[in-house]
Parts: sequence; C-alpha cells; structure tokens
Amino acid sequence: MIMEKILFYCFAGILLFAATMVITVRNPVRAALFLVLAFFTSAAIWLMLEAEFLAISLVLVYVGAVLVLFLFVVMMLDIDTSALKEGFTRYLPLGLLVAVLIVLELIAVLGAANFGLDQVPAPVASDESNTKMLGRLLYTVYVYPFEIASVILTVAIVAAITLTLRPHKRKTQDPAQQVKVRSKDRVRLIKMASEKRQDGKGKP
Amino acid sequence: MLDLLTQHLLPNIGKILLIVAVLMLAVAYLTLAERKVIGYIQMRIGPNRVGPRGLLQPIADGLKLLLKEVIVPTRSNLYLFVLAPVLAIGPALAAWAVIPFDAGMVLADINAGLLYVLAITSMSVYGIVIAGWASNSRYAFLGAMRSAAQVVSYEIAMGFALVGVLIAAGSLNLSEIVMAQQGGILYWYWLPLLPLFVVYFISGVAETNRAPFDIAEGESEIVAGFHVEYSGMAFAIFFLAEYADMILISILAATLFMGGWLSPFEGIPLLETMFSWVPGLVWLLLKTSLFLFIYLWIRATFPRYRYDQVMRLGWKVFIPVTLVWLVIISTMQVFDIGPWFNNIVEVTNP
Repeated sequence: MIMEKILFYCFAGILLFAATMVITVRNPVRAALFLVLAFFTSAAIWLMLEAEFLAISLVLVYVGAVLVLFLFVVMMLDIDTSALKEGFTRYLPLGLLVAVLIVLELIAVLGAANFGLDQVPAPVASDESNTKMLGRLLYTVYVYPFEIASVILTVAIVAAITLTLRPHKRKTQDPAQQVKVRSKDRVRLIKMASEKRQDGKGKP
Repeated sequence: MLDLLTQHLLPNIGKILLIVAVLMLAVAYLTLAERKVIGYIQMRIGPNRVGPRGLLQPIADGLKLLLKEVIVPTRSNLYLFVLAPVLAIGPALAAWAVIPFDAGMVLADINAGLLYVLAITSMSVYGIVIAGWASNSRYAFLGAMRSAAQVVSYEIAMGFALVGVLIAAGSLNLSEIVMAQQGGILYWYWLPLLPLFVVYFISGVAETNRAPFDIAEGESEIVAGFHVEYSGMAFAIFFLAEYADMILISILAATLFMGGWLSPFEGIPLLETMFSWVPGLVWLLLKTSLFLFIYLWIRATFPRYRYDQVMRLGWKVFIPVTLVWLVIISTMQVFDIGPWFNNIVEVTNP
C-alpha cells in the first residue's frame, strides 16, 4: 500500500510537471513532447487504478498515433515565438475567466458529495479482465451510443477528406494500368537481314 | 519491505536481465547472419576474417562502435539528440515483457498482452522522429517525416490484423492465443487467417523500416535518413533497436500465427512421439528464425519502394484486405465453421 502511494505521488508529480511545461515551454515541438510525457504518465496512473484497457488505449491512440501526427505538423511549422506572445494582454481577461471557471468546476468535483460521487461503491476485484467486461458492456448495454459515435466519427473523416481534396490536374499513376502493360505494347522487335558494308571490306 | 524485495523485485530483475542479455546477443549475431545470408544470396562469402568463420565479427563491430567519438552537430538540440536513441531502444525492449517463450514462461502474463504490444511498438516511432528533428539536418528531417507517415499508416493495417487474431482466439492474452491454436500445424492461425498473416508480416517489415520499406533511411536518396548525424554508440543504439524490433516482429508472427511454442508435429501419429522431447522454446526459436530469414531474404531480393507506392500499399491495399477478412473471420466464428472455430461463443447478459 505504501509502495502504491509512493508510485502515485511520483507519477502525479511527473504529470503536473509535464502539463505545466506543455503550456510554458516556448518551443512547440518541446511542448508536444511534454504532452507525450503527460499522456504516458496519466496512462500509468490509470494502470494503478486497474483500468488497464483504458491506459493501454490511451498510449496506443494518443501517444502512438495522434501525437505523432501532431509532431509531424508542428515540426514542419517554423513558428516565430515573438508573434505568439503579442496577444497575451489582449486575451488575458478571457483566459482568466476560463481559468476561474475551471477552478470552480474542480472545486465542485472535489467536494464529491455535490455529485453523489461518494456513494459510488468501492471497486471490487474481479476474476474477469476489465477489457472483456468493457467490451461486453459496449456491445450490449451501450451498443447504440457506441454505433452512433462511430458513425459520427466516420462522417467527420469523410467531411475532412472532402474539405481538403481538391480535384486538380496532375500527373498520377494508375497501378492497374501499369500492371497490365505487356512488353509488346512498348517494344517492337523487327527481324531483318544484316546489311552489307558499302565499301566491300571485311565480313558482311 | 525486505520481503517485497526478495520475493518480487529481485527475481523479476533477474529475468529482465536474462531476456535483455540474450536479446542483445541475438541482435549481435543477427547482424552477422544478415551479412552472411545476403552474402551467399549475392554469391559472396561475407565476413570470414575475425575469429573462426567470422564468428567474432559482431563483437569486433560492437567494440569499434563503442570506441568511436559521438559527434553532436552544431545548432542541434542536445537533450533531444541524446534522448532519441533512448526512446528508440526503450519500446524495443519493453515489448518483450509479455512474450510467452513456453507454457508459463513469460515475464508478465497480463490479460491485455496483445494490446500492450501494439501500444508499445507504436511508440518506437518517437525515437526516429525526434532524432530527425533534433539533429538539425535536412536529410535527417526528411527521413523522420517519411518514417512518421509510414509507421502511422502501417500501424492501422497491423492493428486490424491483430484484431483478426483476437476474434479467432477470443483473448488478448498471448499465452491463451497460443493455446487456442492447439491441434497441429493446420490449426495454427496462418491458415484460417492467411491474408491477415501476410498483411501482418509485411506491415511488420514496414514498421521496422526494413528493406524494401526503408524509405526512412534510403541511402541512395537521403544519405542515411534519420540517423545520418549519429555516430559511435548513439548510432549503435539505433541499430540495436532496429534489430531488436525485427526479432520482436518475428517472434510475434510465430506466436500469433504459427502456434508459438507448440510442436509442428502435433496430431501426426509417429512424428508426434518422436519429437515430443523437444522443449517448446526450441520450436518457438526455430519459427522465429524462419521469419528472420525471410526478413533477410526480402532485403536481398526486392528494390526499395517509392514513397507514394509505400503509402498506396498501406492505405489502399492492406487496410481493405484486413477489413474484408475481419468480416469473414467474424462470420466463421459466429457460425462455428470448423475445424478452427467450433468453440461455442459465450453469450451472457450483464
């Protein structure tokens, strides 16, 4: 139990540090990398809560795919950091308002009784893996919300692609056509008799 | 506290060290095997000077790399430049925690083993991307960009192939997946999941940035890609990570599709008893070696893909193939089409 607490505070400390660095560090690539660290440590904390499926999915989806693409974009941008700092005072009131709202919400949640969170039964150790249980719940009780969510995501993908896909004339290759090509379409072999030298010297 | 130390920590650290030591040795001799195999394929002899039949060549190479100077390029990002090789080798080693070497011979027998492997291997791209960005070199950066796009694309096909295995076995635990393939060579998943097996292995080759998918390194186009600025031990660590990843993909292919530690003679009357004394680990290693040989064979045979061809193969060929086969495999599973799927699917209401 003591070991668990030590581990939790270690991970929580790293998570707070990484999250702070994400918003304070000047270089966007470093910020994205600190975000990776933040996701990874929160996955570790979830693992300690015995939510191994969620923890691994977090690493798989966010660290393994989303942030790689994020880095991909951020690395190619040449951001002038002084331009970013300019709007600081202009956006300060709005930022403060959002911050205050979030702090209020956090206080409300921390007072667990406000939401009846203190009445949630303590987690019971089960013989079954929570991956299996989550899967069963998703495909039985929550099957409609699950399916609807996936359809919405598919629509979003289609929308994103149609927004960026501009039909423009350019040289493209059609692999089907390339495979169909036979040598006789490209090269014509001609049989012809060898010619004699005009001056009559040497062998024909 | 002392109890915890002696009963859990020390034996586990011992096992980890054993796995890493054997793995490093395997990596060293895989480099020798690669040079020898490709040598013979190209009608050469390969290294034969250091030690008997060139057997000490990898040791000599390692010593040479250890003694070389690590040069840090100007205006590079020093922290990330040093961090990149670490991020490359870390996932390559961490994934080995869940690999079952024999019945019960596994470091961490976790329920979501397959998912763990997928998550950890998906992190190996960071080493390459950070190396390319931190070394402040155009070639390295191009290599990193190519690699990021390639690894993310092939991960999807690879993930779908693994979903097929998961549907067939009904479990994410690697040991249970092996046990679900019991019954002889025709029951292993390479047969019912043949398209997924092919997609998985080719995606594995792409994921490890090996020829013919080595566009991240592409010597003839971008010098050496992401590790062009690395020298000495830092370069050696990238090398170690790449080869450890190759062995990992091979052992996973053997575990998921070729019955893991199960004997190939299971169910054959005479041969089964003749070979029953062979430990399961030997079968697993033989199967892994087969896949490693295929890796080298492919490298010696095929020319490098062009970047757009790599992307087309991943998105337009592999992902549709896996999607179609997922539907087929689910149908076979639900309607108990034998001989592979005659187990009863449990249906219970929560």
